[in-house]
Amino acid sequence: MSLLSVDGLTIRYGDTPAVRDLSFTVEAGESVGLVGESGSGKTQTALAVLGLLPANAITSGSITFANVELLGASEKALNSLRAQKMAMVFQDPMQALNPFAQIGAQLRRILLRHGLADRADAREKVLAMLERVGLPDARRQYAAYPHQLSGGMRQRAMIAAALIAEPELLIADEPTTALDVTVQAQILELLEVLRKDTALLLITHDLGVVAGHCERMLVLEAGRLVEQGATRDVFARPQHEHTARLLAAAPRLDRTDIPAASPGETVFEIDGAAVSYAERGRENLQAVRGVELSLRAGETVAVVGESGSGKSSLARAALGLVPLQSGRVTFCGQVLEGRVQGRSKDARRGLQLVFQDPVGSLNPQMRVSSIVGEPLLVHESGVSAEMRRERVVAILMKTGLGKEYLDRYPHELSGGQAQRVAIARALILEPKVLVCDEAVAALDGTVREQVLGLLRDVQLESGLAIVFISHDLSVVRAISHRVLVMYMGALVELANNDTLFAGARHPYTRALLKAVPVPDPEHAGGKSTLAGEVPSAFSPPSGCAFHPRCPHARDICKTDTPKQRTLDGTTVACHLAEEL
Amino acid sequence: MRMLADTLRRMSKSRSLMFSAGILVSIVIVAIVGPMLSPHDYQQTDFDNLLHAPGRAHMQFFGTDDLGRDLFVRSMLGVQVTIVVAIVASIVSLVIGVAYGAIAGYVGGRVDAVMMRFVDTLYALPFIFFVILLMVAFERNFLLIFVAIGAINWLDMARIVRGQTLSLREREFVDAARLTGVSAARIIFRHIAPNLVGVVIVYVTLTIPQAILVESFLSFLGLGIQEPQTSLGALVDAGVNQMEGASWMLLIPAALLAVILLCFNFLGDAMRDVFDAKDAR
Repeated sequence: MSLLSVDGLTIRYGDTPAVRDLSFTVEAGESVGLVGESGSGKTQTALAVLGLLPANAITSGSITFANVELLGASEKALNSLRAQKMAMVFQDPMQALNPFAQIGAQLRRILLRHGLADRADAREKVLAMLERVGLPDARRQYAAYPHQLSGGMRQRAMIAAALIAEPELLIADEPTTALDVTVQAQILELLEVLRKDTALLLITHDLGVVAGHCERMLVLEAGRLVEQGATRDVFARPQHEHTARLLAAAPRLDRTDIPAASPGETVFEIDGAAVSYAERGRENLQAVRGVELSLRAGETVAVVGESGSGKSSLARAALGLVPLQSGRVTFCGQVLEGRVQGRSKDARRGLQLVFQDPVGSLNPQMRVSSIVGEPLLVHESGVSAEMRRERVVAILMKTGLGKEYLDRYPHELSGGQAQRVAIARALILEPKVLVCDEAVAALDGTVREQVLGLLRDVQLESGLAIVFISHDLSVVRAISHRVLVMYMGALVELANNDTLFAGARHPYTRALLKAVPVPDPEHAGGKSTLAGEVPSAFSPPSGCAFHPRCPHARDICKTDTPKQRTLDGTTVACHLAEEL
Repeated sequence: MRMLADTLRRMSKSRSLMFSAGILVSIVIVAIVGPMLSPHDYQQTDFDNLLHAPGRAHMQFFGTDDLGRDLFVRSMLGVQVTIVVAIVASIVSLVIGVAYGAIAGYVGGRVDAVMMRFVDTLYALPFIFFVILLMVAFERNFLLIFVAIGAINWLDMARIVRGQTLSLREREFVDAARLTGVSAARIIFRHIAPNLVGVVIVYVTLTIPQAILVESFLSFLGLGIQEPQTSLGALVDAGVNQMEGASWMLLIPAALLAVILLCFNFLGDAMRDVFDAKDAR
């Protein structure tokens, strides 16, 4: 008898089905991946199993857990099952943990509520659990509030809360999506080690995570189950075209699609850029320290780093949205004013930005035609309305959107369409340099491929130079010619795409590369080789900022800041670069 | 225009909105047309006909007051004055508040700090004291009431608009506009202002009942509209004095006031739902 069996589950909101006729089982102790793009019904399924669907959801079918029917079960019956028999780890632990209660108290309450420990030994059990999930100094974390922990530590606490009652089924909904790649690898390994006999239903959009951590997988498309099977078989021989499409779109590290750049003249230079944010009552936060970058026409340079590495600050300072503390920005030989308001029309025209959140970067009260046409209105005020409309249509066509989108409002667009509109707005003035700040991070795999393809095509056609900021190394592999790796605001390595992915010189870059989940069950990546997390930028470590996490750190690393050197065309800042 | 059409469509779907708007419109129509059809005049006294109870005699459906004036005509005049005061005061607060708040929010920094401390200072003044000062310093007149009511209402509006502008200013579409070289004025009018409309409209519909209450309160204290002009508040005040012998003098204007207030409050709530719905769609 299966531990969990879902039979003919349908979930509807009004007339819109979110999940249609879904059937699957989870056996005791096994790990199953539930994969699909956004809106495919993954999370709805998990919520239905836990009885957490909103009141307006209409369900039919059956969900049995250990021979108990869950659909339509009373709240009381569900409550005794939840936490004790089945538990959930959410994507955002900040939302899932009670911000007003200490971590330890929250875990203790679970034990006491389900009668799993008495008051005397509950505290000891909680401390033991916190230690098992790798929270350093468990006694201190017991009394900590959720906001006092870092993202990775919070997710560890969440896992501790989920596993403390030793449930039979653990549902993890995108448990690492909000985390940096090195931390993601740690958390996934932790889940693997700790769950032992607990069955795992892992919901994710990331095929690399499934390949590394699940025995079986289920593929959802628009609420329907299109394929299921052993992970190895599905990856080797996908039966359904949607699975094949997902697999083809899954970014990988072992190849790049970018054609070699035909290096043009240097169009954009950042020299010794430093950015700091002053916050009242706190020390200055040094976000970027002395980064250099030059960009030639027709070239893409990726800027990579985990959150807090300063990559976005670097871009925003280069564009003049935040002030540079020191250093300078040169565009086509002309040194630019610090603030964008003071810059010449040519510079503003030639430098454009595409944001991460496609919907947030479009004015919700404007139509696509005015959004895309506005730059023309500002820079070519002589152009007639007719001409402007023609140019808007032409650029929209280029980004793969037809005339019918002209009159739409941003909320009537999907994420991918909105990002195309944002790209069209950036490209209509035919800029020389385009900065993409996590421009594909919010998009689903197949849509991401299309947007990357669009950027490549535009570059080939017009010799556009692109600064591509991303935390996702597989995307970087696919789009860039050169890669700049940042850690705590400083450059650690700058190398050609192939050189970097074949043999990185800096230990941080190597660890990043190892941590990326690879969508291939035979050569699973996602290995955690780094302990800990990025330190606070308010109190950066002395010497080399990376030394507390570096497996090769020596005494010199603790005292001296490493100088940038160039070895075989790779710029690297590490004391041990020659030896490693 | 389609945005407007969308909004209107959603408004027409909201039952409480249509219902309260319907009642308000009918009251206003009666208040304008009624006195024209009535043979009586709002200031004509009739000492043979004092405190006449409501009835069909002499076409005096609401009866007469202690000076023999027709209460229907006076009540309708009161409705007119009350609604005009409320709407004008709201427009005053809208114009000052939105401009002030948007500038403080968009410019930010020291300008914002100074502008908002000024608002805080005005908040600290006791309102009634302020009104009495105005009334003593200048002669009592109709305009002063607008000034007094507008002067308190715009403070709330300015705070709300400033808060909204502060968060809108940080939105990426504003950054995108700045990057392409859109001027500050165009950013305020084309990018920020349209996104304020929802909040502002809702807030205005909620300030109207507030202004009505303040006006009634002032008139009730004898600081508002002067005889023989009248407002609902002044009528209620007169009614209180005759409460024992002629309860209709209190009940009729009080009931009208209550209905109008309720309708505006419902309207405000319904508007909020209509504008909130945009995000949920």
